[in-house]
Amino acid sequence: MTAAILAAGSAPTHEAVLFWILAPIAVVGALGLVFARSAVHAAVLLALVMLSLAAFYTAEAAPFLAVVQVVVYTGAVLMLFLFVLMLVGVDSADSLVETLRGQRLAATLVALGFAVLLIVALAGTLDTFHTHGLADAQGEKGNVVAIAELLFSRYVFAFEATSALLITAGLGAMVLAHRERTSPRRTQRERMLERVERGGAALAPLPGPGVYADHDAVDTPALLPDGSLAMTSVPEYLEIRDARPASGGVLEAGE
Amino acid sequence: MSPDYYLYLSAVLFTIGALGVLIRRNAIVVFMCVELMLNAVNLSLVTFSRIDGNLDGQIIAFFVMVVAAAEVVIGLAIIMSIFRSRRSTSVDDANLLKY
Repeated sequence: MTAAILAAGSAPTHEAVLFWILAPIAVVGALGLVFARSAVHAAVLLALVMLSLAAFYTAEAAPFLAVVQVVVYTGAVLMLFLFVLMLVGVDSADSLVETLRGQRLAATLVALGFAVLLIVALAGTLDTFHTHGLADAQGEKGNVVAIAELLFSRYVFAFEATSALLITAGLGAMVLAHRERTSPRRTQRERMLERVERGGAALAPLPGPGVYADHDAVDTPALLPDGSLAMTSVPEYLEIRDARPASGGVLEAGE
Repeated sequence: MSPDYYLYLSAVLFTIGALGVLIRRNAIVVFMCVELMLNAVNLSLVTFSRIDGNLDGQIIAFFVMVVAAAEVVIGLAIIMSIFRSRRSTSVDDANLLKY
């Protein structure tokens, strides 16, 4: 198939090579986005699709859009997605219970039908197209300057409107993410008073590990003055190693 | 290489995105699939711009990117505020307006 395309295409072959390498990667990435269980995997696969789209933009004489795609989509939008994923909790896996019976099958059939519709419609009209290429539109100026001239002449009102849109979106996000405090913030003094009143807990800092023991490793418990082990001196996540009988420790240390 | 193949790829990516919107439950993943659909349409806009020989398609794709960025900001803020009240991002759990 590739050979036929290479023979038919009048444009340079490296674009065909780029396309036939990156298009399967993009499709597989998109399918992985739909079927990945973990949302983080889905985000990474979406980044893959967006990067390959950026490569397609460079091949299609749109270097400005390729850079914007990498900076805005892969850089900003996807990082925002990952931030929210981390806030929400990474391990929130999708439930596999179907709320509506047969919904998945119906959705797949609808998607297949839609794809067939689009592709048949495209195949029916495409041979009427004649590719002009962007050489005339850009002239000597190059892509970025040509886009800038259009953006600041014919589309200048739309461009200004997007600035208003971005400001509104920023304000809206702040309003939505803001949370009113329903009770006054407790001061450190109040927290300490509570802790003393509650009793039980040690008021002074916990003993450090290895104090008066014959090791100073972090998993060796300290010895109390009567020779017993101070279990609170070892962090609760560590396993106590080499907890020797209490009697000998102090004597040996004193010799 | 004729640009038709980009249009086919765009159609396939758009369909996969729509499928994801229909079958996924996690609101964040649904949102990512919407982004995939926007990206697919951008690809077809850029391709049509090349076929047609003027830059308006690229400009529109640029505006789509700007609007998508604003949309992601608002959408994720909404998902976060729903998560705060319901402790879940599943689209099935947000059903207070249902009955």
